[in-house]
Amino acid sequence: MQTIDMASTALREVNSTLQAQKADTNQKQWEIVNPKGSHAIACGLDGPIDVTVRGSTGYYCAGMNKQAHVHIVGSAGPGVAENMMSGTVIIDGDASQYAGATGNGGLLVIKGNASSRCGISMKGIDIVVHGNIGHMSAFMAQSGNLVVLGDAGDALGDSLYEARLFVRGKVKSLGADCIEKEMRPEHLEILADLLERAGADARPEEFKRYGSARKLYNFNIDNASAY
Amino acid sequence: MNDMTKNAAGIPRTVPQKSATFTDAVNAEIRRAAATGIYDIRGGGAKRKVPHFDDLLFLGASMSRYPLEGYREKCETKVVLGTRFAKKPIELDIPITIAGMSFGALSGPAKEALGRGATAAGTSTTTGDGGMTEEERGHSKTLVYQYLPSRYGMNPDDLRRCDAIEIVVGQGAKPGGGGMLLGQKISDRVAEMRNLPKGIDQRSACRHPDWTGPDDLEIKIMELREITNWEKPIYIKVGGARPYFDTTLAIKAGADVVVLDGMQGGTAATQDVFIEHVGQPTLACIGPAVQALQDLDMHREVQLIVSGGIRTGADVAKALALGADAVSIGTAAMVALGDNDPHWEAEYNALGTTAGAYDDWHEGRDPAGITTQDPELMAHFDPVAGGRRLSNYLKVMTLEAQTIARACGKNHVHNLEPEDLCALTVEASAMSGVPLAGTNWVPGRGGNY
Repeated sequence: MQTIDMASTALREVNSTLQAQKADTNQKQWEIVNPKGSHAIACGLDGPIDVTVRGSTGYYCAGMNKQAHVHIVGSAGPGVAENMMSGTVIIDGDASQYAGATGNGGLLVIKGNASSRCGISMKGIDIVVHGNIGHMSAFMAQSGNLVVLGDAGDALGDSLYEARLFVRGKVKSLGADCIEKEMRPEHLEILADLLERAGADARPEEFKRYGSARKLYNFNIDNASAY
Repeated sequence: MNDMTKNAAGIPRTVPQKSATFTDAVNAEIRRAAATGIYDIRGGGAKRKVPHFDDLLFLGASMSRYPLEGYREKCETKVVLGTRFAKKPIELDIPITIAGMSFGALSGPAKEALGRGATAAGTSTTTGDGGMTEEERGHSKTLVYQYLPSRYGMNPDDLRRCDAIEIVVGQGAKPGGGGMLLGQKISDRVAEMRNLPKGIDQRSACRHPDWTGPDDLEIKIMELREITNWEKPIYIKVGGARPYFDTTLAIKAGADVVVLDGMQGGTAATQDVFIEHVGQPTLACIGPAVQALQDLDMHREVQLIVSGGIRTGADVAKALALGADAVSIGTAAMVALGDNDPHWEAEYNALGTTAGAYDDWHEGRDPAGITTQDPELMAHFDPVAGGRRLSNYLKVMTLEAQTIARACGKNHVHNLEPEDLCALTVEASAMSGVPLAGTNWVPGRGGNY
């Protein structure tokens, strides 16, 4: 285990050290202490390493992550795991706005609650939130899966494309073109796998599935009031 | 046949007069809207007449300053962009860059031609709202990678293999609006790159998904620099909305370069009402942006690239004289490639338009093979020949700008200054801050006739 103390190490050095760990690295276990809410910690990683951040982080922790497994033992600021490509990001606490924004792949697990716009414009990432999510989550979500064990705020899935949304609790309101959809066996299978990988204590049958009604995919003046 | 000038009794009639407000074009648009129920979508920039570089003139050298010999004395054109924070600033041979245009809006071969032409002329080209293609990376020595609200195709590998990053906040054709790419152009390849269903009418977001204002943009820029080892110059592109404040905030957020796009700047597709009614003319944007740079003591430290209606070396020279470090061209580059060429007049006529007026780029039926994803139409375009035409055109513009700079006694195009200019109209004078010809008067700033 390599430990980096951010009380005495500059962010640039932290990130360049972690970014230098590629597929063949021997040093696979890393720990960051005293993050003190710094921004952009462990962003742009591209190697199969485990990074544990002991404390809460600022904006864009694990941004654009590839391959790495980042575990935040605390809460995360806005844009955690934004544009993630692959790997895993686990947050023990809560996540602020835009968690997993535009993510292309990998798994983001938030064990607490996520704020507004969770999974905004997601492009293939899987997100599992053990608690609740805020308003406008999965706005313009393109693909991937968003699983919420708690409740969802207003305008869930507004203008979404082909992302799948699974919510166990209440949905305050659905956004434009987002509807409840039939839960078919393949969806239960996807859900079971994600719940297991996210260490979530819930059964797939307890969830409802939401997705795009696809009515806004092409311009139609009679749908103008939906905007 | 009725006599329009007299009635049957030989008494003069009132001459039929069409409204200057309800013109034939306005009425036709009302009828089109009534028939279809949808606003007009088109490509290009503002077509209305606005004060522009044509309304400025250079004074040239005479008794009070001397010119440089046109063919003997050097007039430099090199530009360095990104000197503020980037470890690897961009060096360009000429002060004219190619603006962001997406693969999707343009065909793969057209993107390749832009890369070829720009590289041959010693300048950069720019990706667009659709990610980076191999065609353009492979053929562009210097490639600027746009970071857009949609983040289509955004990934850390392309971020690291670009030469500069342009964070797009706005665009002159539609400040405050997102991009559009209609279903006809969402081919399999475009759909895959954007992670969208094929054939949908795609509407890009107008705001970035993970920051909302200059304070968190500053953090976003820091993240992008961390991911790219602080090597890449970071541009911020804004539409011509509030250029003084937009430039100020871009500098505050940590930009290396500010790209300012006036309302004549083009788009692949958006609502005509947006193009014609939102944003300020390019001429009106430059002065406030330069003032913001000077007020913060950042002029030339943070570079300014101006775009929107640049067509000639004279336009280039005028933009530089007003304080820009470089200009960017989009529409003009497409014309050089072959867009709207009279060679295709019969095909344009078949589409209900004419060469020079064709702007339905979103329909993907471009006979010149540039704004299309249709393989048959794409075959009309030769990327090698197109690239050559673009490179010729860029070189001509550079020679023209040098000609003017020498005539003003400058040994670098960056030495052109507002004092080298006068304005032909009161409006142009007020907007550009250059005195009205024959006076030392700038409206709004006092002075005498």
